[in-house]
Amino acid sequence: MSVIRGRAWKFGDNVDTDVIIPFKYKARTLDPKELAEHVMEGLDPEFAKKVKPGDVIVAGKNFGCGSSREQAPLAIKAAGVAAVVAESFARIFFRNAINIGLPVLEVKGISGKVDEGDVVEVDLFAGEVRNATKNVAFKASPLPPTVMEILRAGGLVNYLKRRRKREDQ
Amino acid sequence: MNRVDVLRDEHLTFAEKILTLKQVEENVIKRSGEIAVVSVDLAAGQDGTSPLAIKVFREMGGGKVWNPDKALLVIDHTYPSASSQISDLHKLMRSFAREQGIRLVEGSVIHQVLLEDYVAPGMLVVGADSHTTTHGALGAFATGIGSTELAAVWLEGSIWLKVPETLRVRLDGSLPKGVYAKDIALAFIGQVGADGANYKSVEWRGDAISKLSVASRATLCNMSMEAGAKNAVVEYDSVAKSYLEEVGRSPFVVVESGKKAEVEEISVDCFKLEPVVAAPSRVDNVKAVREVEGTPIDQAFIGSCTNGRLEDLVEAAKVLRGRKVKDGVRLIVTPASRRVYYEALRLGVLEALFKAGAVITNPTCGACVGTHLGILGEGEVAISSSNRNFIGRMGHPKSQVYLASPATVAASAVRGAISDPRDLL
Repeated sequence: MSVIRGRAWKFGDNVDTDVIIPFKYKARTLDPKELAEHVMEGLDPEFAKKVKPGDVIVAGKNFGCGSSREQAPLAIKAAGVAAVVAESFARIFFRNAINIGLPVLEVKGISGKVDEGDVVEVDLFAGEVRNATKNVAFKASPLPPTVMEILRAGGLVNYLKRRRKREDQ
Repeated sequence: MNRVDVLRDEHLTFAEKILTLKQVEENVIKRSGEIAVVSVDLAAGQDGTSPLAIKVFREMGGGKVWNPDKALLVIDHTYPSASSQISDLHKLMRSFAREQGIRLVEGSVIHQVLLEDYVAPGMLVVGADSHTTTHGALGAFATGIGSTELAAVWLEGSIWLKVPETLRVRLDGSLPKGVYAKDIALAFIGQVGADGANYKSVEWRGDAISKLSVASRATLCNMSMEAGAKNAVVEYDSVAKSYLEEVGRSPFVVVESGKKAEVEEISVDCFKLEPVVAAPSRVDNVKAVREVEGTPIDQAFIGSCTNGRLEDLVEAAKVLRGRKVKDGVRLIVTPASRRVYYEALRLGVLEALFKAGAVITNPTCGACVGTHLGILGEGEVAISSSNRNFIGRMGHPKSQVYLASPATVAASAVRGAISDPRDLL
């Protein structure tokens, strides 16, 4: 995966899964595109229309708190968001994002260092986030090797497929 | 590494012991912060998460699930279906369950089904539902996962987990009248914040906790998730023992933290506890009922995996017996399972609630998740015994939800405004 470069969309602390994607939508469809039309609706009803492929979400602490719904990171990914950088993540959202191949990086203090619309560069494997507009760089919290392997594979489905293939040989 | 030595080790926490003992590849002691690949004793999914897991299971090339007896599917979030699209997803679950030989339960809430039929101390339970933390009430290590992970567990029977650090929450004394496990849980979340226990193993301790029923312990462990907990647990004791004997579950291995285990400890002061609410729209926006008393409500909801058990309906009936729900307010009562429904029916609890004017629905997640049976309109205000008050959770993004104990919800339904239940008990 090469370096991600996109415009930043800012959100605050405790962005929960009900505002990311309400249950009423996720209860009725498995189609990520349909989910993407409603992403972040609870906080910004226009977000789905405004977001462009390659954009990056920059948020405060405890991003993705609440339900275990994987449709939350799926909707964000299907809307074209290339990565989420936050001060911290709720644990199930974090696992789900990695498992579906949505890059997530934890960077302490990032909320205060990026303004909405700034161009942000994310190097997942180097664990670095750069604000290109303000020309400052930050280190992300390191991820365990198991997690990095899943991310390198592009998600848990590919990771398991590859591993099972190796075991069969 | 000897199994008995690990169980007796005075320096290991509950989480460290259980994740050490369940390892599939290694045979070494795992401490907090380390990754363990562990075998799963039970993997459960519901209709909000399982259809996606089934789709992903196919993409992974999955043929047969690793062990159908250790898997459970539950249709609870929208039961019976509220639309043809949802019906199609339920059909997918039914055909998958048939094909795989997995038990499928319809029309009881997943965590209540697990407590009634499955969970025992020392088990490792994963559920594609965040409130899976509930099952620490019976001494299991239980945690929520997503759909893709559920599919991976179906495939391999194992999962990687980081061994969590432990946050011990101590509560001594006796609960004052009108104060319940829900008030303790909300007070705790208000104290530590919505991420105050993020990634942690929360251990509930103290004599106030020992006096609680398994149902109340389930409320505590369930709500611990709202502070971010990975799992929550109450130590096995005579209360858990009686419950397990009653439901006829054995044998099991009791796992407990060693006396010298390294934990962070905080206290919640029992004598300061009073009925509380989580005000809109955050679970950690906790206030005393008296601070918001008199706030008019449109809907009152008693149900969910948090507070839809028999004792919750009994407490609500104590408040409502011989009284009426205020005109213009709807009180919705949704028992957590068919067994809870039947017991409440048999004991006359539903009759008391019905006579007071409650709408009694079938067991389902229903109003709690905002898909059917009590969706809030624009500007409406609800008080609810459920677990989340996020924006749009129970309906319109401009509706508001206060979380409280079933007794506080019942008292508020009588007065048509948020009310302290202590005067009516």
